[in-house]
Amino acid sequence: MELKLALKVTDKDNVATIFSEGISDGTTVEIRDKKGGSEIETVIGDVPYGHKIAVRDIKKGELIIKYGEEIGMATADIKKGEYVHVHNLDSIRGRGDWSEEDTEAIRSKAAKEEA
Amino acid sequence: MEFMGYVRPDGRVGSRNHVAVIPSVTCANDVAIAISRQVQGTVTYQHHHGCCQMPPDLERVTDTLISLGLSPNVAAVLIVSLGCEGTDHERMYREIAASGKHVEIIHVQELGGVSKAIQVGTDIARSLVIEVSGLQRELVDISRAIMAIKCGGSDTTSGMASNCVIGYVADKLVDLGATVIFGETTEFIGGEHLLARRAVNKAVADRIYQIVENMENRAKSIGCDMRRGQPTPGNIAGGLSSIEEKSLGAIMKSGTRPIQGVLDYPEHISDQKGLWIKDTPGREPEILTGMAATGAQFMMFSTGRGAPQGFPSMPVIKICGNPNTYKRMENDMDLNAGLIITGEKTIEQVGEEAFSKMLRVLSGEMTKNETIQYFSSIDIHCLGPVI
Repeated sequence: MELKLALKVTDKDNVATIFSEGISDGTTVEIRDKKGGSEIETVIGDVPYGHKIAVRDIKKGELIIKYGEEIGMATADIKKGEYVHVHNLDSIRGRGDWSEEDTEAIRSKAAKEEA
Repeated sequence: MEFMGYVRPDGRVGSRNHVAVIPSVTCANDVAIAISRQVQGTVTYQHHHGCCQMPPDLERVTDTLISLGLSPNVAAVLIVSLGCEGTDHERMYREIAASGKHVEIIHVQELGGVSKAIQVGTDIARSLVIEVSGLQRELVDISRAIMAIKCGGSDTTSGMASNCVIGYVADKLVDLGATVIFGETTEFIGGEHLLARRAVNKAVADRIYQIVENMENRAKSIGCDMRRGQPTPGNIAGGLSSIEEKSLGAIMKSGTRPIQGVLDYPEHISDQKGLWIKDTPGREPEILTGMAATGAQFMMFSTGRGAPQGFPSMPVIKICGNPNTYKRMENDMDLNAGLIITGEKTIEQVGEEAFSKMLRVLSGEMTKNETIQYFSSIDIHCLGPVI
């Protein structure tokens, strides 16, 4: 069977990016990291080329991490292997509906929960 | 290491030898276009500014057009003025001519209308082209290179392949004593702390935070927020979920070297070396103009979805990070960084290919974009309202 590949950039990341076509619910993918390690994961949802899946369970309100940095916040509970995109991830920057303090509060709450 | 460039009277080195036909205001565009279409060896800039704007913007437009005329890729200049515009066409003439270039100016109203201005302007442009077309390239050191960088039509391959290739080239150029400029302040949002850490001093770090805050506040001042504006629908279809994710991928193209300072949008670089930021938005028409105004001899442009735009007087090398897009759009893409995603090549291998393509383009080889002249949609980034 053709290898379905996903890439995780750093160890801190809780998502990996799939670079394969035809990924549907239940497909298994090989998640590789930059050190040559790999892990097999079963995908939840239909995931287009270049889109992301969670590599561990992520709770609603937790930060999503890629490149070892925050890329937004989970707006729902996300299961390991589940498709992660704008339906369950929201930006915490450039938000006209929040003040700077709101963004900081979200960030420190998420950091506390992680600790 | 060396390349073959045109050494200008002010000592700057160009990769191209254009006569620039510069409309001082949008109302002079059609005259400039008619002249440029008729006369081989000319380029023109169809911008939409120069009148009925706030004074700081009129100054910004004047300064940007001066900087375009000062670009080392431009050998001589014809300014096409309407006559009653808000920009300062006399200062344009004076400041470009001070570089030692041959500059001419015509005024449409004074010459008795459009057709007469086209006739007079065409004859002037012809003589300028004849005057400069025999100039010869000379061997110059690579430290004279000025590279602009940009990513457009990004997807998740950009931050993992094509931007990493540009980062490789940027680091190598900086180490060789050359100049590299990157922009797209919008796409620092979420990654500004990583850039500030690379600033040469606290003042530069503070300035980086400041330009990002200004950009974020301008977006918020509309009363909504940036989501669905950035990332763009194309970015989202390509898998980018937030501006933060887009930014972190975007800043990969700046490489890893220290950031020397921040340039304003209309600013022209003199002999500054190393890695610099220019405060620009991300959209192609405005950032490409800003980068050409800096005096960049060429641009390295990374894309995942397939962004084809270029600029009239600045060759643009397209590096595609998405292997599927490269297959579909090979005619518009100069290099395939998608082979990094498929595991067939390393960042360093494609980085070396990009570096040697750069040396050839600096010395005169055309980019795919130049051959089809896909570069007429340009503009100047202004801050205030049109009034």
